[in-house]
Amino acid sequence: MSKQLLINDLDKPGIQSFSGYKANGGYSALEKSLKMKPEEIVEEVKKSGLRGRGGAGFPTGMKWSFIAKPPGVPRYLVCNADESEPGTFKDRFLMEKKPHLLVEGMIISSFALGANTSYLYIRGEMMYVYHILEKAIQECYDAGLLGKNILGSGYDLDLYVHCGAGAYICGEETGLIESLEGKRGNPRIKPPFPAIKGVWQCPTVVNNVETLAAVVPIINMTGDEYAKIGIGKSTGTKLISASGHINKPGVYEIELGVPVEEFIYSDKYCGGILNGKKLKAVVAGGSSVPILPAELILKTAKGEPRLISYESLSDGGFVTGTMLGSGGFIVMDEDTSIVKNLWNFTRFYHHESCGQCSPCREGTGWMEKILHKFIEGHATMKDIDLLWDIQGKIEGKTICPLGEAAAWPVAAAIRHFRSEFEEYVKNGKKMVDVKHYYRINKLQEA
Amino acid sequence: MQSNSSGSKYSHKKNLKFSDDALALAQKIMKRYPEGKQKSAILPVLHIAQTEFDGWLSVETMDYVASILNIQPIEVYEVASFYSMFNLKPVGKCVIEVCRTGPCWLMGAEDLVKFIEKKLGITEGQTTPDGMFTLKTVECLASCGTAPMMQIGETYHENLTFDKCGTILDEYKNKGEQVSHFRTERIKHHSDIHQ
Ligand SMILES: Cc1cc2nc3c(=O)[nH]c(=O)nc-3n(C[C@H](O)[C@H](O)[C@H](O)COP(=O)(O)O)c2cc1C
Ligand code: FES
Repeated sequence: MSKQLLINDLDKPGIQSFSGYKANGGYSALEKSLKMKPEEIVEEVKKSGLRGRGGAGFPTGMKWSFIAKPPGVPRYLVCNADESEPGTFKDRFLMEKKPHLLVEGMIISSFALGANTSYLYIRGEMMYVYHILEKAIQECYDAGLLGKNILGSGYDLDLYVHCGAGAYICGEETGLIESLEGKRGNPRIKPPFPAIKGVWQCPTVVNNVETLAAVVPIINMTGDEYAKIGIGKSTGTKLISASGHINKPGVYEIELGVPVEEFIYSDKYCGGILNGKKLKAVVAGGSSVPILPAELILKTAKGEPRLISYESLSDGGFVTGTMLGSGGFIVMDEDTSIVKNLWNFTRFYHHESCGQCSPCREGTGWMEKILHKFIEGHATMKDIDLLWDIQGKIEGKTICPLGEAAAWPVAAAIRHFRSEFEEYVKNGKKMVDVKHYYRINKLQEA
Repeated sequence: MQSNSSGSKYSHKKNLKFSDDALALAQKIMKRYPEGKQKSAILPVLHIAQTEFDGWLSVETMDYVASILNIQPIEVYEVASFYSMFNLKPVGKCVIEVCRTGPCWLMGAEDLVKFIEKKLGITEGQTTPDGMFTLKTVECLASCGTAPMMQIGETYHENLTFDKCGTILDEYKNKGEQVSHFRTERIKHHSDIHQ
């Protein structure tokens, strides 16, 4: 098994509770941190090479060093637990199984940033996890790890959970900040970035759940040691949410650099394709990243084995590569209709567009309608070009990257699977009744 | 996104009021935000309101929430209409939310929806005549590895088959209780929720 730092001890009894977590070495990183200077913690995180695990992969230490420090103005740390990128379910898993790892990571990170109040924004649908976190936080207050003068260090911190109410856009960090302020989740124009003006116009850092959890092992083992794990600039471990047509879906913690082929076929991970079918395509980093056909996800265009790392997955740019994104790894077998799957994704983005920017609000709707023509059997060849044209007119023309998130999957599907779109046009109505998946067998099992 | 229902045909009785527990919980949550920023509590308080008042938000309910938070009613309407978890029309006691997004779709979510429609004799968006169930489809609930799945109240029902889904729905029907995202017991035991 490759190295595990986040979900390594889930089999330990009571690990969900404060006492169980503490008995297994929990909160030792916090004790260590409170004896360090905040700048030293930021320095360790910089040395670790940790990159944001929410999707964009921005270096965490650098982000922290951007936070403005005007005197007398409070600073905030906000944890992004909105997890709603289709294909991604690692944060829910981590929070449910090991809530104290996140709480510990948040206390250390708040201390490093000089925040005295921090919020944990969790999507409203995960209400049962909200209550798990409430309990974990209460246990910390009771143990003197939150509140005034934490462990006698003179440092004060209040940590609160805040629940959303169903909106993908609230995962975008400025949409999240608006939502936390009690408004619609409309993303803000940047600059100013949250590090300068975030929640209530105060300097704010927004980090993903997994990013903040990773701070704990970094402090325990030092940034230099953490940086030795993984490959090249992809340091450390990553939680991969594996779903779709595989034998063993679930959350896997991998050392960055595991070959995609091993990840899909080895019994350590996904255990191969369901029902012994052939692999058709993979969306490797959550629904927003470009889909790749089997040959390009297993090997780069240069013929090298493709690895699960930031660099290897993006090798070849968008022409032949993709992105690590959030690590939502969606596997499709040979019977999957790429066109129909794309229609499903596009419908999602249309539904979730906040509506501020015309290219995104209108463009996602047009793309959904045109794709619906394909699956209903009355699209024309020109519609393929029209789709291509529209996605190009969304990309880069919106306030937040939801525009790109909607455009990239369309571009990639046409780029790699154009013949399938043509097949839909040629066969027209005949395609409507074709069963593109056989999951109904599974649904009928007792 | 749902459309705003203010001025719609759906209404609630006048003079709504939270139970003492719900009010205490709402006030506790409001204290989590800096002085003057109580509007931030709007989403949690609307969740509580939905639990208190039959699983949906009428104009009267939203006006009441505005009065608790000391903000204008329009500020509540514009928020309530943005978020998909808020129902702006009456719903059944038990809202079935089936995930329809990519990974669940790959694993048969479409067939699962058809199965539920047939079993309950309603289509997506409708409520059964006895007022027990409303069927909704929703977007990815971060449970893609255990697809297909549905959420009812706070509970994720995962790795569904037709049989399993049928049994679960029968159980809810036998109990016949209102099921909310923010469970009534949670409101009663709000002392579990820290300051
Ligand atoms: C449409 C959209 C949705 C997003 N959803 C999430 C999300 O659910 N969780 C998350 O951590 N980041 C999400 N992000 C990324 C955040 O904007 C932000 O980059 C991230 O929270 C930063 O944390 P990190 O640096 O630790 O990754 C989303 C971005 C966009 C554009
Ligand atoms: S797609 Fe259904 S839970 Fe993610």
